[in-house]
Amino acid sequence: MILRAGDMGVLLLGGGLVAALTVYAWGGDRGDTAVIRAAGQVVKTAPLTHAQSVSIDGPLGTTRIEIEPGRARVAADPSPRQLCVKQGWLTLSGQTALCLPNQVSLEIRGRVPAYDTLGY
Amino acid sequence: MTRSAIELPVTADDRRIARLAALAIGLTLAEAAIPSPIPGVKPGLANIVILLVLLQYGWRAAAWVSVLRLLAGGLLLGSLFAPGFWLAAAGALVSLSVLGLARHLPDRYFGPVSLSVLAAFGHIGGQLALAGIWLLPAAALLKLLPVFAAAALIFGAVNGVIVARLLAGPVSSGRQSGSCTPPSIP
Repeated sequence: MILRAGDMGVLLLGGGLVAALTVYAWGGDRGDTAVIRAAGQVVKTAPLTHAQSVSIDGPLGTTRIEIEPGRARVAADPSPRQLCVKQGWLTLSGQTALCLPNQVSLEIRGRVPAYDTLGY
Repeated sequence: MTRSAIELPVTADDRRIARLAALAIGLTLAEAAIPSPIPGVKPGLANIVILLVLLQYGWRAAAWVSVLRLLAGGLLLGSLFAPGFWLAAAGALVSLSVLGLARHLPDRYFGPVSLSVLAAFGHIGGQLALAGIWLLPAAALLKLLPVFAAAALIFGAVNGVIVARLLAGPVSSGRQSGSCTPPSIP
């Protein structure tokens, strides 16, 4: 008996794991660049390869953006409702965090842009 | 009472472990000659020996063979204490731990193939974890994850089948059903 009942189970589970990892790693367009805008102008474009922290000054104060391998977020913002901070980490191409009161935005871009343009 | 000559007592156990480790080292060297598109994707032939040792002589012997293979393989390939060596060490460590747990699975249902696949996943998991923490940004590894996992599944299964065939032995087991062809051992 080379293959026992449990072996089939292990092989199936392994196959499932491989499939799940494939979908996780290759499915969806994971972003590779963070585009930071202040008052509509691009102030910084950073690759999502190494950790760094960027501080942007807006009309209300300083917005701090954190970049880590594969993801980025707005770590701190002076806006009253903290909507962009609460969005958390952004990973996929096209995801955007807007800090409207402070006029700062963080957008993730992948190889294929998710859309042509956005109007607010 | 004291003797002047230093004599290391060698038990039959030691000899057996040394012999099996030599076998594993031989396979490691042979495998190093096989070109691989991605570093880290290897058949892991030495794991065949380690799995056989585990099933026949227990976990302790398997751990010894694994450690000896790692050190001697590193020496012979010139990669001792290089990054690749530490990756292999992390892989071997996790793989041995997984085997230590998995060998308690009921062997009525879980044969060598299960152990081999689990060990292969442990191996690649340990290597990738160390690589992610230490060498490469996690984002770069992420894209390779499915490739490594698929390789672990395929090579783990193949090695497991080889171990199962070897354990079945050259004696043709003409039990009740199944194939009657004598197992050909490569």
